Order: sequence, then structure tokens, then C-alpha cells
Amino acid sequence: MKFVDEFRDPAAARALVKSITEIAGDTEWKFMEVCGGHTHTIYRHGIEHLLPENIELVHGPGCPVCVIPMGRIDDAMWLAEQPDVVFTTFGDMMRVPGSRGSLLDAKARGADVRFVYSPLDSLKIAVENPDKHVVFFAVGFETTVPSTAVTLLRARTLGVKNFSVFSNHVTIVPPIKAILESPDLRLSGFLGPGHVSTVVGIRPYRFVPEVYGKPVVVAGFEPLDILASVHMLLQQYAGGRCEVENQYARVVRPEGNTAALKLMAETFQLRPHFEWRGLGFISQSALKVHDDYADFDAEVRFSMPGVRVADPKACQCGEVLKGAIKPWECKVFGTACTPETPIGTCMVSPEGACAAYYNFGRLHRETALMVGQGAPVG
Amino acid sequence: MTSERLTPSAHEVPDPEDRTRIRIEEFRKRRPRLVDEVVTMAHGAGGKSSAALVDHVFVEAFRNPELENLGDGAVLALPTGERLAFSTDSYVVAPYEFPGGSIADLAINGTVNDLAVSGARPQWISAAFVIEEGFSIDKLKQLAGEMRAAADAAGVQIVTGDTKVVPNGAADGLYITTSGVGVIPAGRELSPLAVRAGDRLIVSGTIADHGMAIMLARGNLDIEADIESDSAPVNGLVEALLAAAPGTRWMRDATRGGLGTVANELAQAAGVGVVLDEGLLPIDPTVLGCCDMLGIDPVYVANEGKFVAVVPADEAEVAVAALRSQPGGAQAAVIGEVLADPPGIVAMRTPFGGTRIVDMLVGDPLPRIC
Ligand code: SF4
Repeated sequence: MKFVDEFRDPAAARALVKSITEIAGDTEWKFMEVCGGHTHTIYRHGIEHLLPENIELVHGPGCPVCVIPMGRIDDAMWLAEQPDVVFTTFGDMMRVPGSRGSLLDAKARGADVRFVYSPLDSLKIAVENPDKHVVFFAVGFETTVPSTAVTLLRARTLGVKNFSVFSNHVTIVPPIKAILESPDLRLSGFLGPGHVSTVVGIRPYRFVPEVYGKPVVVAGFEPLDILASVHMLLQQYAGGRCEVENQYARVVRPEGNTAALKLMAETFQLRPHFEWRGLGFISQSALKVHDDYADFDAEVRFSMPGVRVADPKACQCGEVLKGAIKPWECKVFGTACTPETPIGTCMVSPEGACAAYYNFGRLHRETALMVGQGAPVG
Repeated sequence: MTSERLTPSAHEVPDPEDRTRIRIEEFRKRRPRLVDEVVTMAHGAGGKSSAALVDHVFVEAFRNPELENLGDGAVLALPTGERLAFSTDSYVVAPYEFPGGSIADLAINGTVNDLAVSGARPQWISAAFVIEEGFSIDKLKQLAGEMRAAADAAGVQIVTGDTKVVPNGAADGLYITTSGVGVIPAGRELSPLAVRAGDRLIVSGTIADHGMAIMLARGNLDIEADIESDSAPVNGLVEALLAAAPGTRWMRDATRGGLGTVANELAQAAGVGVVLDEGLLPIDPTVLGCCDMLGIDPVYVANEGKFVAVVPADEAEVAVAALRSQPGGAQAAVIGEVLADPPGIVAMRTPFGGTRIVDMLVGDPLPRIC
């Protein structure tokens, strides 16, 4: 595989790591990458082991699959099992365990569960199957809300009667605030979410330096982006600055995507509160389908059980999502809880910290360094 | 490289993270558990769930030494001392026609390739058809013609067969099962136990073409790309390789589960560590682009005309040259090496200078959101 592009250049990486190591000195640094996409990049490219040992990357709550509580999965399965319902979902939600198994299990038991790549695909299924009711399982941060919003708009324009959205959309700022409020965390700064910021811009993070005195650098998803962002965070400290910076300026505009934000405001509204897996209820942290679109709101059209299910006892996902413990510190990590038999959500999504660590990161630091720096064969 | 210690030794007090790692490795070595009550799609995807199903249901019921090797084909010794390879496979691909091939040539190539990587010269094939009521006879004729052409290309004969028709709705068009028999020339010994630290891994060409072609051909992705399946017989390539590199230790065709799964099977069966070099993996740029876009790791995407071979380091160069001189082998490359340590683990060296694990895949590769 040839990665010719400028964002994966090993020489540039070495230069950055050298500079990072110098600025970092021997202070202990703890930076949280908010976004699951970053967690995935960090492990997929072995970045943890490239950084000096005194820089720790703490994996944050920005994995949309990881934060969905059990009760919502149970509701999703209940919906999927209703007669004449076609339940559509993104692929990686299929394996998330509820209290009675996952959507994959529901499918194996006969429910019509299909995975789609976009909510518009799901609307297409509705148009093609007028005798079925098609539900779209909407998950994700502000990144994926616009596409659901567009779909709602299109459904209304087309006058589709057999389509609804089960919204589990969440917003990124409230959990960051919750983490900053939590007493047991000593973070030095944040790698801000890249994709989310393309929509919301970089202004919503200003409270982090202003109120909590921590720098934020909105980061891209290529391995060099991560290193460059860590570098920028350290440079803020070195220069006595504390602010929101944008490393991902090639994609993220400071004001975000105003058209998308407007569309979101038309089709969605804030819920008073929403339960996050492991983090509990966070107020104004999630979106429901707007009252104007109630006909397309699965929560209005169906009376779901809506039961709150306690997380499994063994599960420490909340601690992992807050960055309070490393994935491997969870007691069931890698034994009772594996990607094959996940107990918690962080083990399901490839962006979840537990899955990323299990799938990619399970190497002794020295082994990793030796293998990584070994001469290429051949 | 192999003289260096890769895992903490017993007399050293491991840190808590290492202890977790050791516990996980012990856990991974256990037989995969079968926890499900009903068969799910994951049981057919070639990863850990498939292994669990096969192990707990079929091996349990059929147990015998030939079966327990769980190779691509059984190696059977005749009373005369000659050895045969015997293999079988079912083909249920949807759609049954796709860019670069169809269920017909897959059914021939798949079985031919299973025999070839067992070290055999494939000779005879059987074909059984399960056909859904309503299937077009013209289409059937066309597919039979394609099977014949594939058999001719691979130098095998279709010598026996069976046909069943099931009611409309009881099958998805057409399923084909082929079995094949090949003769293993005297003196050919291929086994994971022959693999040694320092050996090189070779792949016979670009990876991930077939799986990506199928994913796109299903048509529910809004991606237009020119990707063709790599469906092809590899017996010619295998013969060229074995002639050039007689020390070849082991081979396997990288079908379902892709290169990553084959590398893991090797690491586990041989009790060695395997390092793959991401920068050396031959992959078509369009295929790589699609994988990136879908968040799918190309090392887990299926191939239908590629195999992985382990050869001694000093034969690697001639082996690759021999493959490259053959039709279909132009992209053959050394892609990694075998280490003594850490046993059972496949690691990927990224072009970025980092390292990651390549584990067995769980279930089908599902595209990520966003
Ligand atoms: S190992 Fe499993 S249960 Fe523990 S924190 Fe990770 S996902 Fe949750």
C-alpha cells in the first residue's frame, strides 16, 4: 500500500515527534482526544507508541456508538420486532448489546433489520416498500445530524407516510463540559473533534480555555494531523497561550456549516436531558425530531417501552469514556468482554477505545517500537 | 531481529498492562466459545464466530485426524503411498454476476485454489446445483459455459454433478457446490510446522479486489468505481513458485476474511509471530480509496485468486521473480516476515513508523458511520 499523501509521511512524523519530545520535557502530559475517529487513527497507526512516554492520550466520549445506553438498544430491538417494520441502521450499531442481545440477534430471530450507509437509503427502502413501515436508527453527533435532517426534509417533500426516525443524535459540547466538571481528571488539553467541527465550527469550544483554562486544538484524522495537533497544544503551553486553535483548517471553517446548522434547527430540537452510557443523564445533550416533524418521529408513532436499563455490573465503559481508566484496566477487558462478546459499547465500535486498543494496540511498547522501526523486509 | 526479546520474560515483574496482555493471550488461545442459540451471519463470515461454529458443531460430530487439520483441503494417503488432496466449497454469492466474474467461475477457481495451496495438482471437479424455481435456462446455460471455460483455464475436468430445484423463495437464484480432487507430487511437504523465524511472507498479487467488487456490485453504496473481482485459478502460480522456491513451507489462499485472517491462521498454527509491512502490501489505488471511504481495512477483504506463501528468506527473491514472470503474478510481493516472538500474534508495521495488531476479524466487515 502506498500512502503517497502528505499526511502520512514518515519523515515529517519523525521531525514532529522529535520536536514534541523536546517541548514536552519531562512533564507528565494528558491530552484527551474527544473524537472516536481520532482514537481509531491513533491505534491504527500506532501513534501512542511513537509519542514519548510522558505524553498520554486519553480517549474521550466522542464515539457515537459507545454512548448509546442499553435502554435505547432495547427500544431499537423492540421496534425492529414490530410486525411489518423494516428497521434500518448503520452497520456498527448492529452489534451493540442491549439487555436481550443485539440487533444482529434480532435479525437472526427473524426481524427485518437492514444496514444502510445513509438515511437516504433507508427512505428509499420506504418508498419501494409502501406496505412496510421503515424506521431509521439515527445515531451520531452533529456530524451525522445534517444527513438525517436532509432525509426528514425529503420525506416530507415526497409525502412519504411509512418512514420514521428513531433519533439518538447527541451533541458534543455537554459531555466535554461533564468531563471537565468531573473531579478525578487532570487533563492538560483537548484534541477537538474534527468532523463535528465541520458542522458546528470552533466557537462552541471557547468555554474550555475561557472557563476551565485548558487549550483546545481541533484536529484532523490523518496520523500527521494528530501529531501536529499534540505539537500545537504543547506550543500553546510553551508560549503561555491558552486558546482554541484549528489544525484542521483545510476542512473546518471557524463558523462551521451555517446551512447545515439552520437545517438542523428546523428538523430537530434539544431534549431536556438524555442518558449517556456510563455518564448518566446529561441535560440538553441530545436531539429529538422537531415537533413540526412529529409524523416522522418513531418515538411519537410507536409507544416504545422506553425502559431504563442499568449498565451491566462489570461494565466500566463510563470510566473509559471519561478517560478515568485505560481500557485494559477494566476487569473484564479482553476476557469476558471482547469484540466478539462485547459487554460494553466501547468494545463494539471500531472507534471505541476498548475495541481500538484490543484490535490494534495490544502490543508491548518495546515490541511495538522494535517492530515499527525494523527495516522493511524484501 | 529474532534474537531480541519481544515479550517480558518470566523473571521480570510485568507491569499491570503487560499482565492484562498476558491474560488476554491465554484467553485467546482457548477454543472459541459458541455462545449463540441460532446461526447468525457472523457464523458464515470466516472469523472467530465461524471457527467456533465449525469447532463446536462439525469437528465435534465428525472428529477424525484428517478433518482436524482444518486445512483448505484434506490430504489423503492411498495404500500405494500416493497422496490426494480433496476439497469442497459452496458458492452462494449475491449478486451471482459481478465485474470480473460470476458464481460459475468462482465455483471452479475456489476449489481449484484450495487444492493448489494444499500442494496438489487439481484434476477432477464435481459440481452440484441448487436452483430456485423460475431461474432462466438461458442464464443457466451461460453459467455452465463459464464453468467450462474456467475449468479449461485451470486444466481440470468437471466429471460428476447433481441438480436440485427448490420452490420459489427457498433459495436466492442459484447455489453451487463444487468438490475437487488433486494429486500431490511425491516429496511435496507443506505444513505450518515447517515455518521458521526469519521466513518471508509472499502474496501472489493485489489484495481486496474481489470483496470490494462484490460490495460495489450489490449497488446499495453510492460509489461508482471500476473494480473487478480477481477470480482466477492460482495452480499455475503455485507450480511456478514451488519450482523456484522448493523450500516453500506453507501456503493458503486468502479468500473470505482476507490476508489478515490467513496471517492469523498462520501465526496460530505455526506458533510464531507474523509482521506485515503495510507499505509493501500490493493494492490497487481505487480499491484502497474505496476501503478508506468505507472505513474497511483491506487486509480483511476477500480475494478469489490470491494466495499467501511462506518461504525461507534466501528463496524469497527468486520466489517473487518466478511469480512475477507468470500471468496473473505481476504484482506478487514480499509483504512480511515470521518472528519467533510474540507467538500467535500478527502485527502490522505502518508506513508511518508505528505498529498495530492485526487480529482475527469478528463477523463481516461492516462499514463505519460518518
Ligand atoms: S472492557 Fe468492555 S465492559 Fe470494560 S470498559 Fe471496555 S467495553 Fe466496557
